[in-house]
This record gives sequence, structure tokens and C-alpha cells, in this order.
Amino acid sequence: MAKVLVVTSGKGGVGKTTSTAALGAALAQQGEKVVVVDFDVGLRNLDLIMGAERRVVFDLINVAQGVAKLSQALIRDKRLENLWLLPASQTRDKDALTDEGIRDIIAELRTRFDWVICDSPAGIERGATLAMRYADEAVIVTNPEVSSVRDADRIIGMLDSKTVKAEQGEQMKKHVLITRYDTSRASRGEMLNIDDILEILAVPLLGIIPESQDVLKASNVGSPVTLNDATSMPARAYMDAARRLSGETVTMVVPTEQRKGFMDRLFGRRAA
Amino acid sequence: MDSKVVPKRQIMRLRGRSYVAFVFTPFMPIMNWLEEIDATLTHSPDFFAGRPIVLDLSAVELSSHGITHLVSNLEGRGVRILGLEGVEASGLDSGLPPVLSGGRGCLIQQAEPKKVEVQPPPPSSSLLLQNPVRSGQRIVFTEGDVTVLGSVGSGAEIVASGSIHVYGTLRGRAMAGINGNSAARIYCQKIEAELLAIDGYYQTAEDIGETLRRQPAQAWLDGDVMRITPLN
Ligand SMILES: Nc1ncnc2c1ncn2[C@@H]1O[C@H](COP(=O)(O)OP(=O)(O)O)[C@@H](O)[C@H]1O
Ligand SMILES: [Mg+2]
Repeated sequence: MAKVLVVTSGKGGVGKTTSTAALGAALAQQGEKVVVVDFDVGLRNLDLIMGAERRVVFDLINVAQGVAKLSQALIRDKRLENLWLLPASQTRDKDALTDEGIRDIIAELRTRFDWVICDSPAGIERGATLAMRYADEAVIVTNPEVSSVRDADRIIGMLDSKTVKAEQGEQMKKHVLITRYDTSRASRGEMLNIDDILEILAVPLLGIIPESQDVLKASNVGSPVTLNDATSMPARAYMDAARRLSGETVTMVVPTEQRKGFMDRLFGRRAA
Repeated sequence: MDSKVVPKRQIMRLRGRSYVAFVFTPFMPIMNWLEEIDATLTHSPDFFAGRPIVLDLSAVELSSHGITHLVSNLEGRGVRILGLEGVEASGLDSGLPPVLSGGRGCLIQQAEPKKVEVQPPPPSSSLLLQNPVRSGQRIVFTEGDVTVLGSVGSGAEIVASGSIHVYGTLRGRAMAGINGNSAARIYCQKIEAELLAIDGYYQTAEDIGETLRRQPAQAWLDGDVMRITPLN
């Protein structure tokens, strides 16, 4: 059965779009049929990260308004045949998105894909609430710093109250993805500790993505990091996170400074 | 504005707000209003000491200069103005406190001086919250105690007419005894609160002793002093 996943955070610039592309590509690399959906109307950039910006004809709003069919708006990835993008509009007003329009699109995407991954805009306004509205599960992206964690907490409150799942009295499954984890700053104790983040958010950990030049390199060439260099640290961390989303148990690796030459494995903490 | 019919009791409206400050609403003529503030100060000199005050200027029309003058007048009386409300930020003197917006009224009433009143027995009903209270959420329960099985996040707020029990970490705000119940208490498993208030008396994170932080603690009123003590 299809799963609808929202990638959300509250705060901007924490790595939602990067993570949507990387998790989407990783799941597709693992054989799943995936569509990534850009909800960031007016500030779209998932198409850039996916390297599809020159092939965008129709977008989410066109489909929501019935101007285009879903099949006309979906863009197939050039590298992976089971990975698709539904782009956002860069020019239209976000008020053009209606609740019913989104409901129908998500329902149709469910019939065609194994995974529907929604890239949420920042903030707690309409765009963000629409992106989470029809989700089954949520990935809450946070950086190891106080304001990002507090915004994540706020978003979790909304996931538990403003989604269809919540309104039906069901629990939405939630995962925390810690991104931009700077190993050298962590070793100097300059960032929020992972245990503290998990204690504050009280949501299971999906993965820890290191701050890395590999992410920038990949986005500059329009490729999800897991596709651009599958052996890089962030790609491996995203691959592991994608496996956990599929229900596998994968040992959590806390990124450490590479020059130390070893990985600090934390046994006993599962992403369950 | 008809200043003549303003009843005496209106010299200040002490309202607990979401940023939990007390709100002054001056009326015209300002001199009369200031005199009444002075009367309050002579009567109980420490009444405003250390309490953040918000000045709601929506009932008066003052020039930027007039506002500056009023604020410094109040400061001269030891009344610290935390922020302004009901006035446009543009054109104000840069030295003035910031203009606040989005303040939400809530039910705190300040009793001054503490009256020994016959109060109705506190209602026995209670509210149980099984999930953590997240940042930005605000729970208001005016019928008794609130119990939270999880944590209360930074930026979250629990308001109760009775006591507040938090079995996780209290990082946000807890305001107990809001309808004048000075016997209400706040209990938590781990204290990292941003603000604790009981019956309008409050302490902010800065007032909570370092040794208590992250420990099980309770807050209660000892007369008109809030005490925060370890729970064990
Ligand atoms: N792990 C990472 N290491 C380095 N830079 C990152 C990482 N994750 C994201 N970034 C960078 O941070 C910026 C914001 O990321 P983005 O995914 O667009 O965030 P959001 O969608 O939450 O606004 C981008 O420039 C992106 O390349
Ligand atoms: Mg984005």
C-alpha cells in the first residue's frame, strides 16, 4: 500500500528539500516507485535539486485546478526510471492550492506509487499545513540547534492536530531526521547533543546526516546526493534512513570527524 | 473619549498576557491616571517592583514625544515598561520599548493586596493530557487541575485554575490557580520552565535557582512569595 510521507520542519534552510530528494532517490534506488512532490509554491527548488528544472511544463497548481492531468505534470527522472517529480509553481499564488485539490491529487498519486514524498515549505502557515494534511507519516527535519528544535516541536504539535490522520483520532507515525550535523563542532561540544534533541522531541530518530560539501556538490549538478556519490557520508546516511523508513533495522551511526578514521557506532539505539 | 466617566477602578487593568506581563491602560487626562498610580505606589511601594509591565496606549492619543515622556515618568517611579501596545511602531522614538503585538488575553487576575476572601472550594474536576504539549500549544483549563503525562515544550503554555502536574520535563510556561486559587501548586518531574505563575505571582526562568534546574520540583505560594523547592 502506498505511503504518503511529509518532510517538514517549521524552520527554513534546515535541509527539507535536500532530504526529500535524497530519501526519494534512495527509496527508488532500493526498488520502490517514488514520486517527490514540491509544495513550496513560489519558492520551488525541488526541481533544481532533482535536475529537472528545464523539463517543467505543468505543475501542482495546474493539476489542482484541472488545467492539466496528473500524467502531464509528472516528470520522470533521467537516471532512475521509478523516480518521479511533481513540481510546484514558481509564479502562482499559494492561495491557488485548495484542500480538495490536494486531497484529490494525493489520492491519485497513492494509486500509482509506493511512496509519495511531500516537500513542505517552511513556516506554519497554509502551505505547510496543506503539505502535511494527507500524510500517513512525517519526517521532521531539524538541525542540532535550539531554534530549529523548538520549531520542530511546534510542527509535531501540528502534525498531531491538523492532519486528517489526527482528526480521525489516529497517531501519525513520526521520525526525526537530524541534518547538517557538523562533526567538528560536535566534537567541540558546540551543538545540541543528539540525546537532548531526542529527549525534547520525544520522537524516534530516523538518521543523522553530516554537514558535508558533498551535499552542495550534488545540488550544484542537480542531483540528489544519494545518486551523485553513493559512497559519500551524507549519501550513506540517507540510504540508511531510507531503509529505516521501509521498516528495516539499521544500526545508527553517529558521524564523527573523518580524520579520526573510524565511525562511532552507537549500538543499542535503534530507529524504531 | 470621556474621561469624566472613567471609574476609579480603571486606573490600571492588570491582565496576564501570553508574554505574561501586566498591562497598564492609561486614560486621559494622563496626569490623573499618573496620580492614581502614585496613590497605589504609596499604598504598596513594591507593588510593581520587578514586574514587567506593558503599556496599552489604545485608549489615549499621545504624540511620540508624549509617549517618551510618559515612559520616562513611569520609569522614574520604578515601573519598568517591557513593551508598548495599541500604537503604531513607526515614528516612535528609538529609545522606547518595543511595540508588541499578538498579545492574547488570559484570565489572570491580580489581587492587591492579598485579600483573605472566602473562596468557593476549588472544583474537583481535572484534565489529563496523555501526549506531550508541544511548542505553540496552549492548554487552558478553568475547571481544576491539569496533569500532563509527557513534557511541556519550550514555547508551550498550560493555564489551569487548579494545580498543574507535569510528569515529564516542564520547559514551557505553567500558570496555575488563575482564578484566584492561591493554594494551587505546580509540580514537575524536571524543571526547565520558562515561567511559573500561581494566582498571578510568577517567576521567570532567570529566577529559578541553578541548583534546581532539571530536578523534580514544585512551586507554591507562601503568602505572596512564590517558592520553588525540590520534590523528593
Ligand atoms: N547535510 C548538509 N551539508 C551541507 N549543506 C547542506 C546539508 N543539507 C542542506 N544543506 C544546504 O542547506 C541549504 C538549505 O537546504 P534545503 O534542503 O534547501 O533546506 P529547506 O528545504 O529546509 O529550506 C542548501 O543550500 C543546502 O545545500
Ligand atoms: Mg525547501
